[in-house]
Amino acid sequence: MGATFSEKILGKKAGEVVTVSPDFILSHDNSAAISQEFAKLGVEKIKNPDKLVIILDHVVPASAEKYALNHKLIREFVSQQGISNFFDIHHGICHQVFHEAGFALPGKLILGADSHTTSYGALGAFSAGIGRTEVACLWATDEIWLRVPETFRIEIQGGYAAGTFAKDLILRIIGDLGADCANYLAVEFTGAGAQNMSLAERLVLSNMAAEMGAKNGYFEPNQMVLDYLEGRAQLEFEPIFSDPDAVYERTFTFDLSDLEPQVACPHTVDNVKPIHEVAGIPIHQVLIGTCTNGRFEDLEVAAGILKNRKIHPSVRVLVIPASRQEYLRALKAGLLEVLSEAGCVILNPGCGPCLGAHQGILAPGETALSTANRNFRGRMGSRESAIYLASPATAAASALTGKIMDPREYL
Amino acid sequence: MRKGRVWKYGDDVNTDVIFPGKYTYTPMEPPEMAQHALEDLDPEFAKKVKLGDVIVAGKNFGCGSSREQAASCLKFAGIQAVIAKSFARIFFRNAINQGLPVIQCQEAVDSLGMGDEVTIDFSQGKISGKAGEFKFPRLPDSVLGIVEAGGLIEYTKQKITSRES
Ligand code: SF4
Repeated sequence: MGATFSEKILGKKAGEVVTVSPDFILSHDNSAAISQEFAKLGVEKIKNPDKLVIILDHVVPASAEKYALNHKLIREFVSQQGISNFFDIHHGICHQVFHEAGFALPGKLILGADSHTTSYGALGAFSAGIGRTEVACLWATDEIWLRVPETFRIEIQGGYAAGTFAKDLILRIIGDLGADCANYLAVEFTGAGAQNMSLAERLVLSNMAAEMGAKNGYFEPNQMVLDYLEGRAQLEFEPIFSDPDAVYERTFTFDLSDLEPQVACPHTVDNVKPIHEVAGIPIHQVLIGTCTNGRFEDLEVAAGILKNRKIHPSVRVLVIPASRQEYLRALKAGLLEVLSEAGCVILNPGCGPCLGAHQGILAPGETALSTANRNFRGRMGSRESAIYLASPATAAASALTGKIMDPREYL
Repeated sequence: MRKGRVWKYGDDVNTDVIFPGKYTYTPMEPPEMAQHALEDLDPEFAKKVKLGDVIVAGKNFGCGSSREQAASCLKFAGIQAVIAKSFARIFFRNAINQGLPVIQCQEAVDSLGMGDEVTIDFSQGKISGKAGEFKFPRLPDSVLGIVEAGGLIEYTKQKITSRES
């Protein structure tokens, strides 16, 4: 009987518990809070500071004194502890910077104090989110226990129908299977549809595997991934693949060719409807960005729709490239110019309003359409506001009309 | 190894019925937390539970919010372990990190009933009682160590001190 990717990397059968030492440990603006937990342990030094990767992204630059203080504490901690993998506010969102900087590697074990740490499955890593106390203890001991997860296999077939993207697919998957369908499970995305996906597309799916409750969202690393890592990888690595006769908890099949644009409606990610059921709902703010859909490819799609057009006067459109590298790519390709001319506000790379802390908070009664991964009540501001989630194409089309709009009308 | 009585419940016991949301932001001492354990599922539980009792439940035990009190209130109520068909991911981690053993064992859940007496041998991975003997994957020593120390912070502190000395 063969083993799944998760069983192989953790070295035991599903259901068993193992003690492991990860290759990298990610944290962001929460590093100050974690360092306070760490202080309770009475240890002076982090056991293995080279494993830490700290990326400031959640509220950057600091928008209030408390955030400034938080960042200051982190910078002090970083220099005291000799942490070399520190990325200050000018780099971008942790889940983009982490792989750009070559920490997300096939066959590596990565843990992070952020639920969307699942993202690096896109490059064939085992990566999962854990709690802050656990990260603090991990800093001190370099050891943590994990339960080896059972695995769901999601087989993706066919090619994209016009106007649909990886985001529509993952929303459809979550809508069909439910927000807790993969609770404590690993997910493997397989099939020709998955193998053909670009890295940007894979990242969308692995990122949002967290919204299915999954611990991990793995793709088989292919040549495209290896090429991306050329000259970038921080460590030597060896890809790990599931055995052909591995045992899966369940297998689901999704076909790209009969997909239409999808929208997750307030206030849960699995409240997903096809665009024709929600088109016409008025919106006040559009957000194109985040660790889910803030890459060059996403901005390119949005710019394609917004080129030589103007956003609707009743809507504000915020664009945030996921990282400085993506910002520069978009800048050099002229995308930012197109978006700015259309009336979009271009923000600096970071999480921006995704978590409702700054840069575009929603007022009571307002509705946003966002390319992010979560639409929980109050996440982007007032508890009386509402968030719809969709692809960058749907977001751009909706920006033109001030209403949720089918992007296929603009292609 | 201690004998305990079974408190049996169904599927999807969520963290709201284990430890009501209205108390989550009220600082509470352990005895008071214990008094609210399972308040919205079984009001008799907190009155009658004894040290060493065991909760046996169906699938997805502990689903819902990530509040750590859901695990610690059961521990403070004297529960020696929760046996379920499956656990919600965050509850599973919280439970162990708060020092409450969790056992996934479908067979035991199917066979055990309310009030049954059972003994759990963690080092052997075995539950025994009148209904028979049920095996479960033994937790590794480090994880058992966390449970025995009373939680992750205590365990980590002990481990660090013992390494230093
Ligand atoms: S962009 Fe949003 S979801 Fe992604 S890391 Fe930042 S706050 Fe979290």
